[in-house]
Amino acid sequence: MKPEPFRAVTAGGPEPFRAADVLLDVQDLHTTFRTDGGDVKAVDGVSFQIRRGEVFAVVGESGSGKSVTALTLMGLVPSPPAHIEADAILWKGEDLLASGGERMRAARGKEIAMIFQDALTALNPTHTIGRQIAEMARIHEGASRKAARKRAIEMLKLVGIPQPESRVDMHPHEFSGGMRQRAMIAMAITCNPDLLIADEPTTALDVTVQAQVLDVLMSIKDEIDSAIMLITHDLGVVAGLADRVMVMYAGRAVEVGTAREIFYETRHPYTLSLLASLPRLDQEGDEPLVPIKGAPPSLVRLPSGCKFHPRCPFVQPLCVETEPALRVVDGAAHSSACHYAEDLAGVDVDTIRRRGEPEPVQA
Amino acid sequence: MSLIEPTGPSAATAGEPGVVDVAAARPMRSEIWRRFRRNKLAVVGLVFLAFVILLAIFAPLIAPYGFAERPLPRVYRAPPSAAHWFGTDGIGRDMFSRVVYGARVSLKVGILATALSLSIGVLLGSLAGYFGGLLDTIVMRLTDVFLAIPYIILAVAIATLFGRSEGSIIVVLGLTGWLAITRIVRATFLSLRQLEYVEAARALGFSRWRIMTRHVLPNALQPIIVYGTISVGTVILSEAALSFLGVGPQDPTPAWGLMVAQGKGDLVSASHLLFFPGGAIFLTVLAFVLVGDGLRDALDPRLR
Amino acid sequence: MPSYILRRLLLLIPTIFVALSFLFFLFFLLPGDPVDLIVGGENRTPDPGVILRARARYGLDEPLLIQFRDYWSRTLRWDLGESFLNGRSVNDILGERVVNSARLSIWAIVIEIIVGIGVGLLSAIKRYSIADKLTTIGTAAAAAVPVFVLGFVFQYAFAVYPNQHNWPEWARLRTSRLGPDEWFLFFIPRGDQWRYLLLPALTLACVSTALAARMMRGSMLEVMQADYMRTARAKGLGERAVVTRHGLRNALIPVVTLIGLDFGTVIGAAVLTETVFSWPGLGFTIADAVGDRDLPVILGLTLVVVLAYAVVNLIVDVSYAWFDPRIRLGEGDA
Repeated sequence: MKPEPFRAVTAGGPEPFRAADVLLDVQDLHTTFRTDGGDVKAVDGVSFQIRRGEVFAVVGESGSGKSVTALTLMGLVPSPPAHIEADAILWKGEDLLASGGERMRAARGKEIAMIFQDALTALNPTHTIGRQIAEMARIHEGASRKAARKRAIEMLKLVGIPQPESRVDMHPHEFSGGMRQRAMIAMAITCNPDLLIADEPTTALDVTVQAQVLDVLMSIKDEIDSAIMLITHDLGVVAGLADRVMVMYAGRAVEVGTAREIFYETRHPYTLSLLASLPRLDQEGDEPLVPIKGAPPSLVRLPSGCKFHPRCPFVQPLCVETEPALRVVDGAAHSSACHYAEDLAGVDVDTIRRRGEPEPVQA
Repeated sequence: MSLIEPTGPSAATAGEPGVVDVAAARPMRSEIWRRFRRNKLAVVGLVFLAFVILLAIFAPLIAPYGFAERPLPRVYRAPPSAAHWFGTDGIGRDMFSRVVYGARVSLKVGILATALSLSIGVLLGSLAGYFGGLLDTIVMRLTDVFLAIPYIILAVAIATLFGRSEGSIIVVLGLTGWLAITRIVRATFLSLRQLEYVEAARALGFSRWRIMTRHVLPNALQPIIVYGTISVGTVILSEAALSFLGVGPQDPTPAWGLMVAQGKGDLVSASHLLFFPGGAIFLTVLAFVLVGDGLRDALDPRLR
Repeated sequence: MPSYILRRLLLLIPTIFVALSFLFFLFFLLPGDPVDLIVGGENRTPDPGVILRARARYGLDEPLLIQFRDYWSRTLRWDLGESFLNGRSVNDILGERVVNSARLSIWAIVIEIIVGIGVGLLSAIKRYSIADKLTTIGTAAAAAVPVFVLGFVFQYAFAVYPNQHNWPEWARLRTSRLGPDEWFLFFIPRGDQWRYLLLPALTLACVSTALAARMMRGSMLEVMQADYMRTARAKGLGERAVVTRHGLRNALIPVVTLIGLDFGTVIGAAVLTETVFSWPGLGFTIADAVGDRDLPVILGLTLVVVLAYAVVNLIVDVSYAWFDPRIRLGEGDA
């Protein structure tokens, strides 16, 4: 690793891991939409790294910028109106933004593949499932029509679709929701990508089907040895699957750490609030679930200081005035963007639950 | 709208209270007007329409002669000049006066026939869409039948039946123009019938009539307005076509289509007889189409 | 699929029956007595015997319902009767005129599909460009111009004006009538025939091409926003492949429907175009026959027009099922 110029603390933090391990290194990414109503800062200075083979979860409410982050990496945000700026987006050491995004286009689909939320609308209704999967092999590997079709059948089998030989010629509307999502996964992994971006892959599905699809995703990951960037609003999905987690709020990363750190050594009030709103299976069932007060902020008119302060149960005067930077708070790479992160060491989810409805805080 | 789609709808709607208030404080109508104004073509169309309407209202003041008057000294098929801006026709009438008076005929036919076909279409479409079942089947088969009959043949036949006058052409075009609007209204009703607030209104014991007129119809209003605007233009076009075929109002009524038909023999020697009324039809219809397009984009950017 | 087509066919039969019956009764309500026409015009005072014989010959002395029954029994045997005006067999008139209309319509539809869809597509892809803005204005204008005025403008610009100014022979087109009537493969003009065909074909195509382009643009713009287009880009397809392989077919679905429904507009435009260019087709003949109240000719030719409309819409329905696989399932034929 060459000597680094000064930059904001990233998700990886100062932990010295080998450069070869880093698949994706995003430094200070800003994605801004220029609209009539003003600039919408969908992603506002996010930095993180994804290492080979890991599951990196990005968690946040809708509007937190997690999907836009992923779409920016894929080069899929329409520009204009979007305006993208970053110190660098290094993919295997090469800058994806360099030479007008040439590298990004080359990587798209082949090295970085994406699974979208709603497979019903994300799959082309007029093409057969097989054709849509086969298309990957045809464009990236120049496979013949016949070979690509065979490959599509293999892929469908791999994601656990029964009778792939006959299902391959069906259209998306003839598949159930879970099968469509599997087909979508099959499509994404056809070219053995190094990174699989899954944008809310299970949100549109029934709870029972969600688990199955996640199982498929994880077993596939081992099969093709790729990293996964798992985008979700549901911390419950993250638990047990993710190696590391980045929590986003209002276009910023507010807490980054290993899954263990995020769940058990939480250092940001927003993460705590998210956890408090989750049902827990390891405790008695009469615990109240505490919703987070208020709504995510408008990205056009952000509050002053810490963007979470209007909804924070622990808000202090400093939070209203100064925006906290993301900084390492404990361990090797656990960082939080809270002025009082250290004070949260003794606070756990139950504290928030005991407080019940957080007291109203005036901005 | 689509610009901020990636962040999800909540980013746009459920914002900070202050932002929501600003949006709510701005009345809907001025928002539509603001979006309409951004479409320069639509504004040009609107200005032109205002001009045509003024021409129609003040035709007696603007036109130097009556539409049937044959001013002295008589000149026949004279090209445009200072005395006769648009020249004179085969029996010496002033073309400029006739074209100005023609705006009255076209607007009257266009607006009244559209009103008639909208009434029929809204009535049939809402009945079919709201009640469904047999009534719906009958109405839809009826529109199929009328779509299958070439409308111009039907119009020619009905025009022959009712006599060749402005009144009958209004009836003809009203009776042949209701198909599209019936389908639009029916589709809106079908999609809204199941919605919760309609169910709620029903549960509250509101009468069907009240539910239809107060709760469902307002939602079909946007496509009706857009379609109605463009329809006035196409009706004027059809009126001109029927007049051209000789089944519209008869001479000396200054119908633009009729003037084109009367001038067609003089294409080589006196082309102005044809091009001035033809141009008037073209520009007026174009203005209606542009305003309709502008309204469509302003009312609902996703509506086609 | 076959049962889907069959269902559409069965649905057409009552539609055609009701449409033609409606026209039959409508024309009987028309003021004036067709016998006047048969015996040579209203102004003469013919021998009452001639009138009676004429009535008997055409069955006009029978009650309306009997005439109605006879009309359908003849029509089902494809005997379209004789013209009131000159006693010619309507079948003959039809055979002579229908080919001319078919040639004109084929060219108009070809232009509509190629130019309309092409222009709409380009305009949508290059949204906000100068070309897009020009297209928007141009298609609105083309939809607003009266067919007959356009016909005269074309005649003036491409035939009258070049003739008055002694342009070279190759630059002069013909204003009216059929021309030498020489064709290759039924619809491709041979020799000098193209000079006669070009202007009416363009005139006829103008309105529906503009409508198709407008529809295509709107439809494509909508499709460009669709999730599956983003998926296609995420797969690594180039923008051209995204549009042609994934966008086009979806965008064509509503346009194809429009082209079918819009065939009525083409027929209306054909009546006007054929009148302006004296093109001896169905529209020209029907317009004449309506003026003359020549009932057998009107009904016979209209029958063919209604059939053509039905066939076009059947083709549209079938291709629609190909374009949009979702509707096949809805019909229970998957």
